[in-house]
Amino acid sequence: MAEKKLMKGNEALAEAALRAGCKCFFGYPITPQTEISAYLSKRMPKVGGTFLQAESEVAAINMVYGCAGSGIRCMTSSSSPGISLKTEGISYIAGSDLPCVIINVQRGGPGLGGIQPSQADYWQVTHALGHGDFHALVFAPASVQEMVDTVTKAFDMADEFRMPAVILADGLLGQMMEPVAFDDAEIKMSDASNKPWAASGHKNARKHNIINSLYLQPDQLEDKVTARFKRYEKIKAERSEAVSDYCEDADIVVVAYGSTARLAKSAVESARKEGLKVGIIRPVTLWPFPVKQIQAAAENAKKLLVVEMSMGQMVDDVKLAINCSKPVEFYGRTGGVIPKPAEILAKIREMGGKD
Amino acid sequence: MTNQILLAGFGGQGILFMGKLLAYFGLYEDKEVSWLPSYGPEMRGGTCNCSVCIGDEPIGSPLVDEPDILIVMNTPSYDKFIGSVVKGGIALIDSSLIEEKCDRDDIKCFYVPATTLANEQGMKGMANMILLGKLLKEADITSPETVKKAMEKVIPPKRANLIEANLKAIELGMSL
Repeated sequence: MAEKKLMKGNEALAEAALRAGCKCFFGYPITPQTEISAYLSKRMPKVGGTFLQAESEVAAINMVYGCAGSGIRCMTSSSSPGISLKTEGISYIAGSDLPCVIINVQRGGPGLGGIQPSQADYWQVTHALGHGDFHALVFAPASVQEMVDTVTKAFDMADEFRMPAVILADGLLGQMMEPVAFDDAEIKMSDASNKPWAASGHKNARKHNIINSLYLQPDQLEDKVTARFKRYEKIKAERSEAVSDYCEDADIVVVAYGSTARLAKSAVESARKEGLKVGIIRPVTLWPFPVKQIQAAAENAKKLLVVEMSMGQMVDDVKLAINCSKPVEFYGRTGGVIPKPAEILAKIREMGGKD
Repeated sequence: MTNQILLAGFGGQGILFMGKLLAYFGLYEDKEVSWLPSYGPEMRGGTCNCSVCIGDEPIGSPLVDEPDILIVMNTPSYDKFIGSVVKGGIALIDSSLIEEKCDRDDIKCFYVPATTLANEQGMKGMANMILLGKLLKEADITSPETVKKAMEKVIPPKRANLIEANLKAIELGMSL
């Protein structure tokens, strides 16, 4: 690994995309993710890639659709309102079984909302990132270094399963600087080799490939969707990820993801110092949701506490993960307000019968 | 032990730059660090602040709302943040731009006429470095070698001529 340097989450993520072989980026500026576009506009032409600022978010995602169909690694990024605009295109990409990476550096909503950090797009990204029966892979990094490490994983898994992958960050992770290191490997742009399905040009040497999401015969469409859901089952069984700390003897298990998990972990460590038996589990993948990991972490717990920068969008998934076998409480702030570790600690004390 | 540092002033005073230097001090001392700017409708002349955490343990919240070190460079920021400094903390105040005096006796306040000094000494725009120098004198943050190394990292090569000038301003601050 090279020397560590300080980078903003957005910039580190952009650099990591290049190093993952992302050859084309199609974007449209929006706070708090604009540094991704700004960084790539400077860097991409120098390493043989294409940076394109589209005329809108809708155009950008459809450029991704076309580019992904050619088998080239490509990416778009936006923040909450812009992601809503992209959802039509994401559905088409999923319906055409194409890999790509989509970044959402979340801000407060609904509507234009605000520009401060938020996690209020959880429902959208995990349950309905467009119309129709489909899922996207969803990764939720919690540090700038993890943003970097996640990008390669997202591209690899998107290729492996031929589906869109989303990196769900927020304004806090995008704007903050932390030390990061990249490995020293030379940047190598992706091509369509190893993608026999790609519409990459063939000079009549093979049967032509068709990229399409339109199936007018219901049984044909049903077959397509069913096959896709078989892949989803495999991903759910094998690829969910979570990190847990202090859960073995915990009476209260906190569940939090992304930047909120950092704040919650500070609160958990303070609670431990006060003698409260508290643990924390951080879902790293939000889809597939780490059901087994949460079950295991909560095995000895009496109660669970979900902490989010939203009105509690992950609570139901946690309840389902443990089959509603234990009480699940919630603490959160929304609208761009960042919960303080002290507030989370106060909630933990209240649940632990100590205040 | 984690230093929770809050830097605040007008856009254009070098608040974010000062924060980045501090974060590099931490990085080069093998500490855990984070840097978080206020972002939004800020612009040159608008208010601007920056949270820096330097510690031995991984940083949980990068947002500093109860600083143990506060550097303020305008009155709105002074009014907003002086009450949030933790007991035993220190505040560095640019007294050429902030007339008020703090009546808290549970924190240490240093009044440095940094902007006036910078203008008088031909260091226009480096009041932030004078304040940073004063901080380095009053708090155990880092060594002079690290300061130089960080400065050389943070200032881009095409502006390398500013490295010496900034280091001089820090030295001036340390002499106060």
